[in-house]
Amino acid sequence: MKGRLVVMAATAAVAVAPLVASTYHVLLMLPFMAYAVVLLGLNLLFGYAGLVSFGHALFVGIGAYTGAFLTSHGKIRSLEVILVAAAALGALVAVPVAALCARYVKIYFGMLTLAFGMVFYTFVLKFYRLTGGDEGTPFLRPSLLGRSLDAMPKIDYLVGPYYYYSLAVLILAALGMWRIVHSPFGLCLKTIRDNPVKAETLGIGVTRYRFFAFVISAIYAAVGGALLGPPTGNVDPTLAYWTHSGNLVFMTLLGGFASFFGPVVGAFVFIYLQNWVMSIVPYWRLIFGAMLAVIVILAPEGLMGLVTRRRPAPASRA
Amino acid sequence: MILQADGLRKFYGEFCALDGVSLGVDAGEFVSIIGPNGAGKSTLINILTGITKPSAGSVRFKGREVGGIGPVRLARLGMARSFQLVQVFPDLTVLETLQAAGVARLGRGARLFASLAGDREVQEAALEVAELFGLADQRHMPARQLPQGDKKLLDVASAFALRPEIILLDEPTSGVSTADKTAVMETLVAASRRIGLRAIIQVEHDMDIVFAYSDRIIALHQGKILADAAPAAIQADQRVIDTVIGRKAGAH
Repeated sequence: MKGRLVVMAATAAVAVAPLVASTYHVLLMLPFMAYAVVLLGLNLLFGYAGLVSFGHALFVGIGAYTGAFLTSHGKIRSLEVILVAAAALGALVAVPVAALCARYVKIYFGMLTLAFGMVFYTFVLKFYRLTGGDEGTPFLRPSLLGRSLDAMPKIDYLVGPYYYYSLAVLILAALGMWRIVHSPFGLCLKTIRDNPVKAETLGIGVTRYRFFAFVISAIYAAVGGALLGPPTGNVDPTLAYWTHSGNLVFMTLLGGFASFFGPVVGAFVFIYLQNWVMSIVPYWRLIFGAMLAVIVILAPEGLMGLVTRRRPAPASRA
Repeated sequence: MILQADGLRKFYGEFCALDGVSLGVDAGEFVSIIGPNGAGKSTLINILTGITKPSAGSVRFKGREVGGIGPVRLARLGMARSFQLVQVFPDLTVLETLQAAGVARLGRGARLFASLAGDREVQEAALEVAELFGLADQRHMPARQLPQGDKKLLDVASAFALRPEIILLDEPTSGVSTADKTAVMETLVAASRRIGLRAIIQVEHDMDIVFAYSDRIIALHQGKILADAAPAAIQADQRVIDTVIGRKAGAH
């Protein structure tokens, strides 16, 4: 129950942040919330199914470009429609990708997801007429709950309605994922992560569960990706680049994949730390690279592992 | 016949691990497979449980050809197994492990948003099996923290939690101290009555256990069946004594 109190307190803190924190910091919360949605999904694969994807920027990209395309070319501005379309398109693309990737594990799975990510990145970069190439596509300000908010100053829109909309999406995404990992489906995923051979002899079809976990994670990534667009107002191919997939894995490791909220914490710390480090030295990647090494060696279960450690760390988890 | 194998052969390259093995198991039987190391016991069990595809021959389970259909479908058809080298889910507790078997048995794995904690049928079935195997006190302990003997029991218990019609146990008492072996076997026999198991096949090295519990014994040697008979006849079979029992007695 202590955990529940912490989560409720943290949620309340996020909810009052726009009233007390500086605009600058409140704006940083927007990518945090978007990434938190992405990572809740990614961790279904990583923490619960034991599969590390290096290609989920693909689905983040699909979500973001869906929103950009619909607002710029489709004259559709409703964020509800955009999120549903992003989820649907993410799922549609994920089905064939997952069908192939779910047959592989460990490094082969990781490389295959990386390969699909690269294919998509090149597609985004080269299909200029559809995507705007390296310049990207504008993500026009979406309407929220049927209300056009174009008259509002941009900052007011972002720290006001859009902020709370993002928070609502994050809460719904977290509640949904909480149910998934505590469902019979979630338990079967954990058996596959721990011991696929044993899982199969219990009648749990490993490939099928990996497939569905992948598709669900892709839907989350696409929804989170769509939320990333409005704050910057533009979607460009770097969102789909493989280093962006690497960042997602980094955030997950930073927070701790063994805990439900670890990736959310990871996204928060990553965004603020990156911003802070970038403001003092130009070489933020150098600092972050060193940090990643320290995490893997000293705190393999991430920040949440340091906080909630109640049991000895598992000897190894592939 | 619940399970029937005909002319099973298995080659690994040039090496012939199984060379024309045929056997049948009837409802109500407890069959033990014995043989020296390298006789092909594990290969045979792996073929019967669908993990290994035979090079030739057929396996019929409840009259249905099941050769090479894989462990997932076999488990759903009603065949369960445990492993010689203990297989558990290290980070799952005893109860979670048994719940997973229940979820699989009831076909509820697709329930994405249902509450596992609220699934009374799965919860109660898991607790019942935990109690049956004397694991109720450790039910909230992750499998990796269990003593070796309890891991072995959990592996077997999760197979029983599938409520199969037939179960194949690959050395159920290996790694269990001699003093505890009988207790493990008594637990197994009691559990099989409780869940209405129709047949047990075990691979076992401990001849005391084999002779005490088997209705029939199949002796394997160099990939072939040396003898397939009741315990009394096996005990009197000089070839079996020379190749299997004698050697094992010396090894212990």
